[in-house]
Amino acid sequence: MSARRSGRSAGRTLEFLDVTDLADPLLVVNDLHTSFRSGRGTVHAVDGVSLTVSRGKTLGIVGESGSGKTVLARSIMGLLPTRDVIRSGTVQFAGHEMTTMAPAQLRQVWGAQMSMIFQDPMTALNPVVRIGRQITDSLRLHLHMDRREANATAVELLRSVGIPSPEERVRWYPFQLSGGMRQRVMIAIALACAPRLVLADEPTTGLDVSVQAQILDLLEAMQNERHMAVVLVTHDLGVVAKRADEIAVMYAGRIVERAPTRTLFAHTHMPYTRALMDSIPRLANPSGTRLQAIGGRPPDLIHPPKGCRFAPRCAYAQDKCRESDPPLRTAASSDHVFACWFPLVDRVSADGSATSSASEVDREAPSS
Amino acid sequence: MLSYVLKRLAQLVVVSFIISVLVFLLIHLLPGDPTSIILGGNDTAANRQILLHQLGLNTPLYHQYWIWLIHALHGNLGQSYLTHETVGHVIATGFPIDVELIIISQVVAFTVAIPLALITSRRPNRPLDNIATTGTFGLLALPPFLIAPILVAIFAVGLHWFPATGYIPFGQNPATNLHDMILPGLALTAGSIAVYYRLLRSDLIMTLQEDFITMARSKGLSNRRIMMRQAFRPSTFSLLAVAGVNIGSLLAGTFIVEYLFAMPGLGYSIVQAVQQRDYLIVQGIALVVAIAYVVLQFIIDFLFTVVDPRVTRE
Repeated sequence: MSARRSGRSAGRTLEFLDVTDLADPLLVVNDLHTSFRSGRGTVHAVDGVSLTVSRGKTLGIVGESGSGKTVLARSIMGLLPTRDVIRSGTVQFAGHEMTTMAPAQLRQVWGAQMSMIFQDPMTALNPVVRIGRQITDSLRLHLHMDRREANATAVELLRSVGIPSPEERVRWYPFQLSGGMRQRVMIAIALACAPRLVLADEPTTGLDVSVQAQILDLLEAMQNERHMAVVLVTHDLGVVAKRADEIAVMYAGRIVERAPTRTLFAHTHMPYTRALMDSIPRLANPSGTRLQAIGGRPPDLIHPPKGCRFAPRCAYAQDKCRESDPPLRTAASSDHVFACWFPLVDRVSADGSATSSASEVDREAPSS
Repeated sequence: MLSYVLKRLAQLVVVSFIISVLVFLLIHLLPGDPTSIILGGNDTAANRQILLHQLGLNTPLYHQYWIWLIHALHGNLGQSYLTHETVGHVIATGFPIDVELIIISQVVAFTVAIPLALITSRRPNRPLDNIATTGTFGLLALPPFLIAPILVAIFAVGLHWFPATGYIPFGQNPATNLHDMILPGLALTAGSIAVYYRLLRSDLIMTLQEDFITMARSKGLSNRRIMMRQAFRPSTFSLLAVAGVNIGSLLAGTFIVEYLFAMPGLGYSIVQAVQQRDYLIVQGIALVVAIAYVVLQFIIDFLFTVVDPRVTRE
């Protein structure tokens, strides 16, 4: 009742810039902080993240479990509960400030302009609602379609995400579909109203490896067709290596390195990024090769360690790393930033000995 | 779907058969035999033999059961040895009263509990939720025999809105009947409100933490729509199961309220019959109540298929 009332009072339509206006970045996140109040103290899950996403481009956000990727994606969208969550910073989406929007205005953006693909297709679809209605919900809400039109569109959407005999499947329930099919349905739901930005939170983590590539290819095809921007959140650098235009590496709630994909792989500065690259299994390696795991665990986000947060796990850490926090600074090319006192590329000149070989530095993006 | 319903129907028949055997044997569990009761002082051996023969009690037990079952299926469950009223008549007067009391109490319980849970579960542990949760806890602690006199004192004696006691069959005067049923119905509803509210509230709170709710929010659906069309249905599974058990326990469990409001319901009649050792009445009511319980569970099982599509299709 109250929701309806507030919906009406704040019901003025949001004016969004034209899709053809490509110069302006679609999403500008500036110094975003998100923390949770918990019994033990305040958890700083996202700690000063800034990033931009241009129209139609893909930004990969990579990090281990617990690095704050999911919280970052939900904070950008404003989907986190308001209780016990503290958020600061700004999120500009197509020229609109999201952090100060009223709930009713946010609901006009959600699903219509910005949508999310969730990690687990087993739990993110309502088990007692037919998949057709889970798609038509937003069509009817945002595009004001009538029932018949929405149903026809849902069938077409299911067809476009590669679901066979969609006329029949719209009446199915999620439990009647396989994991891969459910993730296709989720993509259909997220893309239903042709949003400008899709936040894909680990969209392939719960799926078989063979299905993963299919889903990512599907997402990429839809993205090219509709000129959407995608923020692809994943723990797997291999997933984004070939698909993202730019990659941001997250560690303990912060971005520790951000660069266009090619630059990141060619001139890795941050030891953590290198460690993530080394942990990708490679087909070229002889079988039986040990996977290079990163030792230790991500730090406690309630009491983060002094100095560089990666220092306790970093093979190259020195006293300075444990003493003071490295700021994010610009590398040789202006679109490459990193947070490290002793970046890998400087190492040769810094200690005068070749600790990292040229071939390692110039390593190409691995195949995923 | 159909095969599921047929399967449940077959179960219903089997369970009803078992119940009928047990209820039939009830009489045979009693000390002594009916002849000594009927003959009273004249229980000579010869008289007993004649009576046993007349009553068919000298035939094998399965034969007696068969005769009894055929009669029962024709609605003939014997008669009270005290009042000579037929058991069928006692049930025909009493059963509608129980059903009506249960319907009134349950309609009230659901119309109070469901909206309350939908409102408070969105913001758990806020003032409104705390008031509702504490209030229903209070209701839970109040048994019907305490609530009934309070209701009578306020609404019958004090305000004269309702009669304190009495009952007119629905067929005679529906308006008066419903009017008379309100207070006893309310006296029975308190416990149900508390149980349904607390169960639905906690299930809704759990459901609201599910990924598919966040997913629904990310589509831009309003909170109201999310509560009604996304969260409510998947939160009703345990509510439905508990409602089945609860309504079942109200069948013939309405004794105190019927007694306080002087209504000849089944609960009232069975307690009286037990006290007076009127065994055929006890047997007849036990049979009807047990079968009504089984039918109720069948209906609940069917409702599960409506609420949760996974039940029949998985």
